[in-house]
Amino acid sequence: MNKIKVVHYINQFFAGIGGEEKADIKPEKRDGVVGPGMGLNGLFKGEAEIVGTIICGDSYFNENVDEAQAEIIEMIKSYEPDLFIAGPAFNAGRYGVACGAIAKYVKEELNIPVLTGMYVENPGVDMYSSDVYMMETGNSAASMRTALPAIAKFSMKLMSGEEIGMPSEEGYLSTGKRKNIFVEEIGGKRAVDMLIKKLKKEEFVTEYPMPIFDNVEPGKAIKDISKAKIALVTSGGIVPCGNPDRIESSSASKYGRYDITGVNTLVGYETAHGGYDPSFANIDSNRVIPLDVLREMEANGEIGEIYGAFYSTVGNGTAVKSSLAFAEELTETLIADKVDAVILTST
Amino acid sequence: MVKGIEKSGIPVVHICTVVPISLTVGANRIVPAVAIPYPLGDPTLDALEEKNVRRKIVEKALVALTTEVSEQTVF
Repeated sequence: MNKIKVVHYINQFFAGIGGEEKADIKPEKRDGVVGPGMGLNGLFKGEAEIVGTIICGDSYFNENVDEAQAEIIEMIKSYEPDLFIAGPAFNAGRYGVACGAIAKYVKEELNIPVLTGMYVENPGVDMYSSDVYMMETGNSAASMRTALPAIAKFSMKLMSGEEIGMPSEEGYLSTGKRKNIFVEEIGGKRAVDMLIKKLKKEEFVTEYPMPIFDNVEPGKAIKDISKAKIALVTSGGIVPCGNPDRIESSSASKYGRYDITGVNTLVGYETAHGGYDPSFANIDSNRVIPLDVLREMEANGEIGEIYGAFYSTVGNGTAVKSSLAFAEELTETLIADKVDAVILTST
Repeated sequence: MVKGIEKSGIPVVHICTVVPISLTVGANRIVPAVAIPYPLGDPTLDALEEKNVRRKIVEKALVALTTEVSEQTVF
């Protein structure tokens, strides 16, 4: 049998081109392997080979999805692959979204098996896990050593035409699909068994996991914005120069509260965020928190007042649980200080 | 964070560049921004024009805050 031809998609970082300062690079193709593809190629043990690698900047992809997909699909077609692999993206949000989107697009356009990999909290999971197989990885590239063998193994399974097992057996994230199977015991017996286990506080596995409905009720609209007190919050990492609270550049464990009484424009501030090119925000932090414009509106009476401090954290790879905890804590202060509305900006 | 604040009842408008992510995480009032490294600016413009771009987005955010919504809405 001929070697399976694989095309691999990676971002600017894993291609060794650069970090955030290069996140706006357009798609390019290179013959053969680049970066993590080298590891995959070894793991294929001669049965498959990466014939080409597509590289695209994470910001470019996310800001120009249609153009990026159109350009990339042509590059992929030129290699006539049998299989397409994207990533793994771990917990890199824009990379994960790009991997999910392009994998889905390739599956639809070229009708070949596709596969990616990422961490369960990556936003790409919610968006694309029902469309494409995603191998579950750790949250950082430190787990590359376990991610690549899992991807290589599942690639071979996909190409073999064998039946794909349950997510827990194969190591991919649930696609949310259900399948009819034959089992020994009837439903009533299984249900009662589960109930008894539950009553005994023993472990049991549900056959029908409930979806997580975690959207919140929209807050009531502001009746008269010219009287409203508005607070500013950002996940873009804006802090006074020097980052006095030492907010981490990724996976932040804290947030800061910074007094802006008498501050009319954000000069003397910078970003602590390690997930985007900081140069534009460092030159003018109003590009992330629009304080200058809001001060003018406050002076003109277009809004009531701006709350006396802004809150900031770094949204880069930060756990959902941490963000929620930050928000709950700062909201107590906002309520106590009678804030009417919040403008939250993200990079 | 948006949800953590909004569940208190305080309305939140989320200004962000990658709208699909905002929809996924569950923001209710969403205003699209310019670009990831400069959501409320544009370094290719001169200072005055750039501030105008910023003002337009903020004005849209205020419209969002004064508009009653019953589901996720992109303004």
